[in-house]
Amino acid sequence: MKYQQELKDSIRKALPDLDVVIAWSSGFDPLHATPHFIRRDEDIDRLEIGPLCVHNLATYLPGLRGKKVGIVVKGCDSRSVIELLQENLIKREDVTIFGFPCTGVVDQTKVRKALGNAGRVDFCQVASQTLVVGAGGTEHKLRLSKVLADKCFSCQYPNALLADHFVGEKISPSVAEEEGYDDLAAFENMPLDERFAFWQKEMDRCIRCYACRNACPMCVCRDHCLAESRDPHWLSQEDNVRDKWMFQLIHAYHLAGRCTECGECQRACPMDIPLLLLKKKMNKEIKELFQYEAGVDPAATPPLLSFKMEEENIKEREW
Amino acid sequence: MAKVQFIKSADVKPWLAELAQQHRVFAPAYDGEALIFRPFDPELEVVLDRAATMPPKKTVFPQSEMLVDFTYSKDPEDLSRVRIEARETLPEGKTLVFGSRPCDVRGFTMFDRVYLSEKMTDIYYQARRRNTLFISLACSTIENTCFCHWVGSDPCDHTGSDVLAIPVSGGYLLESVTVSGEKLLDSQLLADGASRKAEADKFCHEIAGLLGSTRDLSQAPEKLLAVFDNMEFWEEVSAKCLSCGACTYLCPSCYCFNITDETSGMKGKRLRSWDNCMSAQFTMEASGHNPRPTKAHRLKNRVGHKFSYYPAIHGGVTSCCGCGRCIKSCPAGIDIREIVLKAINFAPAAVEE
Repeated sequence: MKYQQELKDSIRKALPDLDVVIAWSSGFDPLHATPHFIRRDEDIDRLEIGPLCVHNLATYLPGLRGKKVGIVVKGCDSRSVIELLQENLIKREDVTIFGFPCTGVVDQTKVRKALGNAGRVDFCQVASQTLVVGAGGTEHKLRLSKVLADKCFSCQYPNALLADHFVGEKISPSVAEEEGYDDLAAFENMPLDERFAFWQKEMDRCIRCYACRNACPMCVCRDHCLAESRDPHWLSQEDNVRDKWMFQLIHAYHLAGRCTECGECQRACPMDIPLLLLKKKMNKEIKELFQYEAGVDPAATPPLLSFKMEEENIKEREW
Repeated sequence: MAKVQFIKSADVKPWLAELAQQHRVFAPAYDGEALIFRPFDPELEVVLDRAATMPPKKTVFPQSEMLVDFTYSKDPEDLSRVRIEARETLPEGKTLVFGSRPCDVRGFTMFDRVYLSEKMTDIYYQARRRNTLFISLACSTIENTCFCHWVGSDPCDHTGSDVLAIPVSGGYLLESVTVSGEKLLDSQLLADGASRKAEADKFCHEIAGLLGSTRDLSQAPEKLLAVFDNMEFWEEVSAKCLSCGACTYLCPSCYCFNITDETSGMKGKRLRSWDNCMSAQFTMEASGHNPRPTKAHRLKNRVGHKFSYYPAIHGGVTSCCGCGRCIKSCPAGIDIREIVLKAINFAPAAVEE
């Protein structure tokens, strides 16, 4: 990746004043990156940025409260940092933000499908809009346009919206703002019973590992979640769709107008349940009602955290 | 002497349909983008070219199961006297799992030492274990996350299976492992496989070779104990952990559970459901004290249990089957191999005088 060295230099300068810098490094195979906690100068060498850096590292920030933390962010990740600041869940002076222009990250599910049963991955390179993967003795060329995460095709913010250090040239979003929610149309046009049947089917394979919740940067109840509360005992321990779906609905409601659409819920789900769809739908409603987008303006108050006697777009008296 | 049969690839589904007359048959099929063990359905494609997202753990150890259902009744003469009538709900019926991997099934042998020990028998587990047969399929590709050879297994390991299927040209060689497995191989759809045995042996030899060099984990139990109190070590290796349950729930050898009584009016159920040691509540005590207050404590337990405490009381056997799902499906890409090796190679910093 182009700006990697510049980013390393920038971190190297800042590290003496920080407890840790969270970035990415190569993971368990050449096709996967992993969050990388830089504490010592030598850790900087392993830093990598590029289309494999799927994780939203902002998720770690509330857990590191009180520490001086540096964080490397994609555009979408920066929105989560901003939203955390808006909600006063982290302190601005504790966080040093390193941004870079993001040209999209892969969806590992799409990569897996494209590769088929390829076997052991030996190398992975990005060359001119193509992911070149060496696996099982064969070189597979995957067009990035086929394997990038869906969220990247409707991304409005490829550059960090808030950064103390930004490396590289800012780039323009790939789609116009008014097209941001076009991908929801097909789902919205389905009849209600079909939509319900869709979610019943998708939620059936949920194993209740709560990776969706724990990967979410805005899910901040942490150890006090309704999903595990014993007193009151909100959710049954039975293996049924009703309780699994109940959790997702509550999660989505709590995220409405707070969700920054980083898609970590969906990416983290080991069972590949398309959870971002639900979150995006909620956000679209919020945008239409309040002309508000989460994590864009550090000074803004999220609409569901504020109160107005008369809402402009909710006509309570005109039913 | 094991019975050796051959089945043509095209006959797999018809054979499963035959077996489904006597058993609840589960086979790997897609549900969305996840490959899971689903009840056999002739309409669904049986996917055998890759390991399933989820092992067939649920077939013997359900995500949630009712242990007892109970009813309260009040004495009409004295309403303060409440009687409880409880009924054990032991699982019934025969189950057959097709297409499990040797690592998946070997996971149950880790359960057996705990739930079917001389000291204690878990009758619910025992009922399902006895009534569930496994036709496992030897692996034909090796992934980066595979490390069964580190923990004493290989892609053609038959431990825990009733029949082992090995890919040969045009189909599969079926080798019985148990007497129950032998009975499964009586179908008209199968032909004698003795002539293909050499081809299968060659396959197993070659695929095992693809796994590469193994690592010596014999020191792991001791070395993990040596870093037990080194919280700096554990904080560092757990920094990226999100404390979710993906690793434990997808693990073929994780067997922890929770018990909950759920009552509605005068009726109720006692449920046993999967629990996971990555959750803060796993060790939360009634007093409010939590002996594993941070994710560093919890990840230490998961790694320690599999590679140190379990082998210490079960004859040196590592409670990990090397399937690699915890690595592949971890949203943060934690690699359990890396942690174990780090502990083995950990040299405490020299204390300066």
